[in-house]
Amino acid sequence: MSARSRTPSERDPAQQAAHFRYVLRLADTSLVLGQRLGEWVGHAPALEEDLGLANFALDLIGQARLLLTYAGELEGRGRDEDALAFLRDPPDFANLTLAEQPNGDFGHTIVRQWLIDAWQLEIYAGLLRSADSRLGAIAAKALKETRYHHRFSSGWLIRLGDGTAESHERVQAGLDSLWRFTAELFAADEVDERMQAAGIAPALMELAPRWSARIDEDLQAATLQRPPAQPYPWHGRRGVHTEHLGHMLAEMQHLQRTYPGVRW
Amino acid sequence: MSAVIKPGGAAAREQAIRALLAEVADPEIPVLSIVDLGIVRHVRFEADGRLHVGITPTYSGCPATEVIRTAVRTALDAAGLADAVLEEVLSPPWTSEWLTSAAHAKLEACGIAPPQEPVSSPRRLWNAPLVPCPRCGSRTTERVSEFGSTPCKAHYRCSACREPFDYFKCL
Repeated sequence: MSARSRTPSERDPAQQAAHFRYVLRLADTSLVLGQRLGEWVGHAPALEEDLGLANFALDLIGQARLLLTYAGELEGRGRDEDALAFLRDPPDFANLTLAEQPNGDFGHTIVRQWLIDAWQLEIYAGLLRSADSRLGAIAAKALKETRYHHRFSSGWLIRLGDGTAESHERVQAGLDSLWRFTAELFAADEVDERMQAAGIAPALMELAPRWSARIDEDLQAATLQRPPAQPYPWHGRRGVHTEHLGHMLAEMQHLQRTYPGVRW
Repeated sequence: MSAVIKPGGAAAREQAIRALLAEVADPEIPVLSIVDLGIVRHVRFEADGRLHVGITPTYSGCPATEVIRTAVRTALDAAGLADAVLEEVLSPPWTSEWLTSAAHAKLEACGIAPPQEPVSSPRRLWNAPLVPCPRCGSRTTERVSEFGSTPCKAHYRCSACREPFDYFKCL
């Protein structure tokens, strides 16, 4: 709806494709994580946490809608937010592999949330200075919400980690199991490099140490051990997913796939 | 709300339209209008001769956003402005500091504590703000949950009168 920002991408097809892909990745990470959090509704350990997770799901899906709408415009093939969310197959999704991992127990969900919150804090803060003013505006909006999310997830990480023997053990187990997906967070590929060169995206290499420092600070307060680096890079952002995404999408897309074009 | 906007100078018409929008209630906190909330960002006749109304969402995922769009569209239609253009404005992002002083008073009168601290306050990041009870005025209140019935509210309880209440969060 808002006036389109003109960027150099619009004159170079390869650049435009990378631009689309970059925005799509951000959108899909928010969408998939939001859908996962939505699975908690009615199941969280306490009403307040249920409300909290549902609130985050709303924020993330709201961010995904802004980003998907924009991605559809960059692509220029007439796909809107609904077509992108509901009518793509798993290999066409470009989310972080970490975001699609199943909820597990509450501690597991908190670890996943906290790792991604800390990542989004850096990405969105970096995008505030983007040459793409529309992406910058979405990032400014999302950053305010992400700060809230991180306050909640780091607060719970510390409470659980520095809590009882059982809560400590469970949240450490969640961390040990999810850590292998973090190598993807700052692994730049040709899309990131093109966007960085155009001044649209921040340099992932510069964000990584900031993320890492924030993670260490929270882990120390939570009395949790940082697992060793596991360099195997997962490739959700390149469309190579764990089997969990397909199951999640089967549920998320069921209605729109069964009744194409259905409206409320 | 059905008054047709009379022909006249653009400034006078824009003012009349703002007054019209001040009658459109927020669907989740109906004591507030969308003007009270600070989400109406611009009302102006542009070179294309059409009215442009800019609206900004409070939270990205606020479900009220679409209901508000429909309500604004209905109000403008009823005023004979069916060709008005509704625009979504994202930048600068909405902040609770845009709530008008009338909004603060209206919230308080209906039992919702208005936002307490400037968004820039560093204390906001770490501590729950001190929120006086909107019913008895006591300053001994506690936060039950950072999340409440809508994305923009937190849930509090007064230690003096024991009543639970909503707090409109700072964002």
